[in-house]
Amino acid sequence: MKPEDYSERTVDVDGWQVRLICYQLDGQYRCTADNVSPGANLARVTAETKEAAESQALAIATEKLGRTKRHAV
Amino acid sequence: MANYIREEVLVSTDWVAQHAKDAEVRVVEVDVDTAAYEEGHVPGALGWSWRSQLCNTLVRDILSKEQFEKLMNESGIGNGTTVVIYGDSNNWFAAWAFWQMKIYGHADVRLMNGGRKKWISEGRDLETAKTEAHPTTGYHASDPDLSIRAFLPHVQEAQKAGSTVMIDVRSPQEFSGEILAPPGLPETCQRGGHIPGAHSVPWGKACNDDGTFKTYDELLALYGAEGIHAGQPVIAYCRIGERSSHTWFVLKYLLGVEDVKNYDGSWTEWGNLVGAPVEKGASSAAKA
Repeated sequence: MKPEDYSERTVDVDGWQVRLICYQLDGQYRCTADNVSPGANLARVTAETKEAAESQALAIATEKLGRTKRHAV
Repeated sequence: MANYIREEVLVSTDWVAQHAKDAEVRVVEVDVDTAAYEEGHVPGALGWSWRSQLCNTLVRDILSKEQFEKLMNESGIGNGTTVVIYGDSNNWFAAWAFWQMKIYGHADVRLMNGGRKKWISEGRDLETAKTEAHPTTGYHASDPDLSIRAFLPHVQEAQKAGSTVMIDVRSPQEFSGEILAPPGLPETCQRGGHIPGAHSVPWGKACNDDGTFKTYDELLALYGAEGIHAGQPVIAYCRIGERSSHTWFVLKYLLGVEDVKNYDGSWTEWGNLVGAPVEKGASSAAKA
């Protein structure tokens, strides 16, 4: 099987950068979300469409990022 | 050509596509999230879990020599096998595996430049069935080479002496103390900040957008600006030692720094240690 329709984009979630990487494999879309800096994975989902996969991955990433506290330096 | 000092430790995705199933080659995907491997991997690649197969699960440590030999034998890897490692997160955990294989003296281990992301972005073949290894016996690991691993006492001495360049490869916000773990991950330390005097060089600065390593000249300029040269002792650290094993690989093999150690205790050790000095905000090294 070959991955197809590869895409990569970065969105802003409450001041955090999130990278969405999406591709189609065997008829389904796979999407991961990472936090760009440093690049740790936040979500990995599979869905029927690219839009659904991105939306689900973004929802998981948003929920996790919402728990991140910024501390005074 | 990128003109790295040790170019033989890096292979391209093209090379892997041509040689992945060669008899003397074993390709291994290393992830922290093994769902990535199950989703699809380089045809013929084995999958190692960083969490359960490349760490001692009872003591915070790398594998013992005996555990490492067992993993090699179960993976069908002999002392003469060419092992090519790749993984997600731009090869962070692959670099950890590389570092550990070098600790136990494996001669021919290489990273696939660009890792899993590059392979997929190029639309190359993926296989979902788990690759079954053909176990062997008789793998002989060397005694651990601790010249490439830093333990806490050595880091404390080096920090006080100031003769070693300490490289913190976490994100700028982790370095400053604004956040206590990468965004979205659980906080894993009691104090934020960095080891006093450490230089901030996030690991990703060594990579291009496609995940491949920057050229020798670009890397030399990046790390040279922090006072690093081939003869300068260096200790790299991050949060748990995987991002810093990536930087360790860059410094040791691509730039040829002779004395570079990965401090795998990293911030989850230093940032939880009673009495350890912590610096917040910008580095005193940068202010100096």
